[in-house]
Amino acid sequence: MKIVVLVKEVPDTYGDRKLSLETGLADRAASERVLDEIGERALEVALSYADANAGTDVTVMSMASGDAAATLRKGLAMGAATAVQISDDALAGADLGVTAKVLAAAVKREGFDLVITGNLSTDGMAGVLPAMLAEHLRVSHVTSLSAVEISETSVRGTRATDDGTATVSAALPAVISITEALPDARFPNFKGIMAAKKKPFTTLSLADLEVDVDVTAAPQIIMTAITEKPPRGAGVKIVDEGDAGEKLAAFLIENRLA
Amino acid sequence: MTDFAADSVLVVLDVTPAGELAKSSAGLLGAARQVGTPVALIVAPQERHDALAAAAGELGAPSVLVADVTDAEMSLTSPLLAAAAAAYDAVRPDAVLISNSIEGRDVAGRLAVRRSLALAVDAVGVQRDDEGVLALHSVYGGAYNVTAAPTFGAPIITVRQGAVDARAEAVATPTVTVLDVASSDLPAAVVESVEPAVVSSSRPELRGAAKVVAGGRGLGSKDKFALVEQLADALGAAVGASRAAVDAGYVPYAHQVGQTGVSVSPQLYVALGISGAIQHKAGMQTAKTIVAINKDGDAPIFEIADFGVVGDVFTVVPQLIAALESKKA
Repeated sequence: MKIVVLVKEVPDTYGDRKLSLETGLADRAASERVLDEIGERALEVALSYADANAGTDVTVMSMASGDAAATLRKGLAMGAATAVQISDDALAGADLGVTAKVLAAAVKREGFDLVITGNLSTDGMAGVLPAMLAEHLRVSHVTSLSAVEISETSVRGTRATDDGTATVSAALPAVISITEALPDARFPNFKGIMAAKKKPFTTLSLADLEVDVDVTAAPQIIMTAITEKPPRGAGVKIVDEGDAGEKLAAFLIENRLA
Repeated sequence: MTDFAADSVLVVLDVTPAGELAKSSAGLLGAARQVGTPVALIVAPQERHDALAAAAGELGAPSVLVADVTDAEMSLTSPLLAAAAAAYDAVRPDAVLISNSIEGRDVAGRLAVRRSLALAVDAVGVQRDDEGVLALHSVYGGAYNVTAAPTFGAPIITVRQGAVDARAEAVATPTVTVLDVASSDLPAAVVESVEPAVVSSSRPELRGAAKVVAGGRGLGSKDKFALVEQLADALGAAVGASRAAVDAGYVPYAHQVGQTGVSVSPQLYVALGISGAIQHKAGMQTAKTIVAINKDGDAPIFEIADFGVVGDVFTVVPQLIAALESKKA
C-alpha cells in the first residue's frame, strides 16, 4: 500500500498574518511558518495504518518554496518514509488550478493507492484541492471524513455535511480529505528526528514533472485588487451599573436587530 | 434546445436530502442577478422538478435547467458534477456560481479541472467589469479585501454561505428545460447510508444565520450555557460557541465559530463570555454589528465590538431578555 499525504506550510495563526499589498501574495517574513495542523492529522491517519500494516509506504508531499524543507522534514521525523517537495520559482503565486495540476503530476510520478489531505488549510481555506486532484488522477474522492477505515482495497468513512452524516466508501485508488475531528498527530521523538536526516528527500522542479504552468495553457485566477481593511474600530463600551441589559436592548431595537 | 441569454450566469443549486432547495440558493441567485441572467441548475428526482423549479423562480431564476439523476443519492458528487458539466456546455455562461458548501466545493473543484476553467473559492460577492465576472474575497479572517479575475474564460466561483445579502426579484413562470446528462465513466465514491442532521430545535442554522449568539468559556459550565440558548431564542438567532467552550464540552463542535470552525458573517453577532482570540475573531469579525458582554474589560473582543458591556453575563443577559420581551409584548 502506497499512501501519499499532502502537507502544507502555513503562517502560524497564533500570530498576525499579512498579505503584501504590492503583490497580493502572503508575506512570508511577517509570520512564523509552521506545518499545518490538519496536514499533521492527515499524516497521523496514514502512520496509524502503517503501524498496523507492514509493507505500507507513506510519503509526505508538499508544493512549497525552498525554505519549507525544514517543515516537510518534520513529517519524516513523525514517521513518513520519504518526502517529496515540489519547488520552482515559476510557482510563486500559483492559483488553485496550477497547484492541483502540479500536485497531481507529482502524485502520479510517485505512484499511489491512497492520497490523504486535510479538508481545509488554515491559510487558503479553499477546500477544493482534494476534488481537483481526484479529477486529474481520474479516481474517486471522499472528502471531509471525520472517521476513516482503510483496507487493502477500499476506504470507508463518516462524512459530515450541512445536511447530515453519511457513511461513504470508495474503491482504491482514491483521494480522501479528513477533518480535525480525527486524532491529534504524534510528536516526533528524538529517534525519529535523527532517523529523518537519513530518509530520502526528493526535490522536484516543474521541468522534472513536465508540467506547463504558462498562463496561456489554461485560465488562472489572478488578483486584480487588494486592500487592507481598516482595523475594525471599537464602538461604545459601557460598564454595567445595573442597567446594561436595558441599554443593550435599546441599542438592538434602535438598530432594528432585535 | 432553449436559447440562453448572452450574459447567463449558471447557478448550481444544492438540494437537501429532504428534497428542498438549500438555504444558500437565495444568496446565489441574488449574486448571479447582480452580474447577469441567472440560469439555475437543479438535480433532483423527476417528481420534484416542478416544485423546485417554481421555488428557484421565486428566488429570481428566469431560466431553470432540471436534470433527473436516478442514482443521485447513491453516488457521491458525480451525478451533480455530470449535470453541471452538461449545463455548462449547454449554456456557455459568463460565470458559474456554486455554494461554498462541502458538496459544492467538490463539484466546483472537479468541474474546474474537467472543463479547464479558472476557480475562485469562498467569495463574499461578485462584480462585473468590462472583461467579465470578478470574485470578491475577504481573506485572513476579514483583514484584507481581494478582488480576483480569471485570465480568460468563465470563472467558477464558490460563494460563502450567508455572505450575499442581495436578493433577485421573483420570476413568476421560469422557463424550464430538461437537461440530458451523460453519465461519467470515472469512478465515484458510494454513499452507503445517510443520517439526516438532527434538528434539535426551531433555531436557525449557524451557517448563514442572520443573527448569532455565541458563548465562551465565561459561561462556566454546560448547564449554564443554556443562557446562550435563551438569548438566541429571544432574538431568533443561531447558537455559536468559541473553541474553548467546545473543548470544555459545553456544546458540540458543530457550533464552533472561528478559524477551525464555521465562519459566519451575520447582521448581528453577540459574544457572551468570549475573550476574542485571533482564531475566534477570524470566523466572525465580518459580522455587520458585534455586541460583546464580558467581565474582563481588557478582553480583545471589545476592540472590535460595536457595543460592549463590561459586566457579568448572568446579570446582564437575563435583564436584556426581559427588556426585549417587554418591548415585544
